[in-house]
Amino acid sequence: MTTRRRLIPYWLLAPGAIWLALFFVVPMYFMGELALRSGTFTEGFESAFQISNFSDALSGHTNQVVRSFVYAGTATLIALLIAYPLAYAIALRAGRWRLLLLFAVIAPFFTTYLIRTIAWKTILADDSPVVSVLQALQLVPEDGRVLATGGAVIAGLTYNFLPFMILPIYASLERMDTGLIEAGKDLYASSTQTFLRVTLPITAPGIVAGVLLTFIPAVGDYVNAEILGGTGTAMIGNVIQSLYLEQRNYPEAAALSFLMMLAILIVVLIYLRVAGSGAFMGDEDERRA
Amino acid sequence: MEAATVSSRAGSKPAPARAWAWLRRNALLIFAGLAVLYMLVPIFVIAVFSFDTGNAQGELDFAWDGFTLEYWQNAFANKAVTESMVTSLELAALATVVSTAIGTLMAMALVRHEFFGRRATNLLIILPLATPEIVIGAALLSMFISYKVSLGFTSLFIAHVMFSISFVVVVVRSRLIGFDRSIEEAAADLGSTPLTTFRTVTLPLLAPGIVGAALLAFALSLDDFVISNFNSGTTVTFPLFIFGASLRGIPVQVNVLATMLFVLTALTIVLVLWQQRKAKEMASVRPEQEGQPAQV
Repeated sequence: MTTRRRLIPYWLLAPGAIWLALFFVVPMYFMGELALRSGTFTEGFESAFQISNFSDALSGHTNQVVRSFVYAGTATLIALLIAYPLAYAIALRAGRWRLLLLFAVIAPFFTTYLIRTIAWKTILADDSPVVSVLQALQLVPEDGRVLATGGAVIAGLTYNFLPFMILPIYASLERMDTGLIEAGKDLYASSTQTFLRVTLPITAPGIVAGVLLTFIPAVGDYVNAEILGGTGTAMIGNVIQSLYLEQRNYPEAAALSFLMMLAILIVVLIYLRVAGSGAFMGDEDERRA
Repeated sequence: MEAATVSSRAGSKPAPARAWAWLRRNALLIFAGLAVLYMLVPIFVIAVFSFDTGNAQGELDFAWDGFTLEYWQNAFANKAVTESMVTSLELAALATVVSTAIGTLMAMALVRHEFFGRRATNLLIILPLATPEIVIGAALLSMFISYKVSLGFTSLFIAHVMFSISFVVVVVRSRLIGFDRSIEEAAADLGSTPLTTFRTVTLPLLAPGIVGAALLAFALSLDDFVISNFNSGTTVTFPLFIFGASLRGIPVQVNVLATMLFVLTALTIVLVLWQQRKAKEMASVRPEQEGQPAQV
């Protein structure tokens, strides 16, 4: 009986764990293996343990790699600056509007990601009032465009991943004991001091989760650069997509994807070490796991 | 409290100063309002331009050419759009059922059981969430290439279940953590078998979490472009159709269907929230309040 009981969790885990192992972990192995092959699509690829694929993939696309990190980093920073005040207002000031505002935050998810991005293409088109206003404010040169620039790509990334920044920050603010803010004030701290010394440190896990959840998809994105960008705005995602699906240079494509995965794996493992695995799943309490 | 004293003091000041004080006091809420507006702008654009006559060729201009109901009346007239939508809905429904079932089981194991390999399991669930979609798509494609598997509906199904599982686990898990196990113990004390207890007590109480997870999985599947683009072969889902069309010219029906989808999803969410609130109210009513004296 006891052995049977002890096996229960494994039976419960088996279907999901097998699915994830077969279709997430094993594919990573195949990607690594493909990255070491040599040859061309027409002549076929052979296993050759060609490590130079990795350095070639990186050195051939330095611009796109750097650009991806700059775009994703900028978008993450802007998203944080928008998301924190918004989450704060919803969690602590909105009162009975809270549910409605939360609803508005997740509303973009109810329309297709691609259509939202294409809508931004309409909004930022050359003849749109938004661009006229930006030109009038001298933020964009009089004959300049917004579409097909790096700015448009960053704007698209910011917009599309903003909810991923708002929700974890909101969750950590909502869980916070507001008595602590009162206590700070009772101890004659100014609002700024209370915010910097009490609120911000307590909600730090939410910020870290939001930053990761925004930065990771943004750095790998290619839809925004494809639809809103122009020449000279391609990101790593565009390169990987084109190498796999258009040029069919599988080894180089796999090598580049593999390097990207590796970079992110390192970041995530460091993060888990610091914050505990619970933080990624939405609660900070379960650090024992 | 503080806000009230500030405003009464501001009452004696001149109008511009009062306006400035009001602005400062409400700056946060004004900012929040603007931010929310920003989040909703593209949705308005999609809805408004589904009534525009001019852009039948899919020109992405901001010009308003005139109001028409034509595209709403012929919402399903464009065969390619409708077919891709049907494919997407079938795929999403199948992937949702499978991923919700196996994800729920995983969440039960993680919350309710102590076992060896817990840390590894957590990592296995977290990693897909932390991997850019393009890497997931590329890795799956690499495997399918190596095995020379032909791509299509099946490969899409495999991929969609795969990336939904982690989200299902996270949602159901958070519901399970707040679960009062004494109710189950009570059922067991009353002679219920474990299976009956699960069916009649655990599952109904977990239902809101499971429904939420299923909705999320459905939305993710319906919306997925990047992973699908790598593993679709010749199968065309709704997002894939839109991407293809965005290079040639988007039929206005796309805006119509997107608006329909938005309204339907929003209504579903409202209904689920309303249902959950009602369930909560019912759960909080105590037997005595229903006029049933406790019998000893």
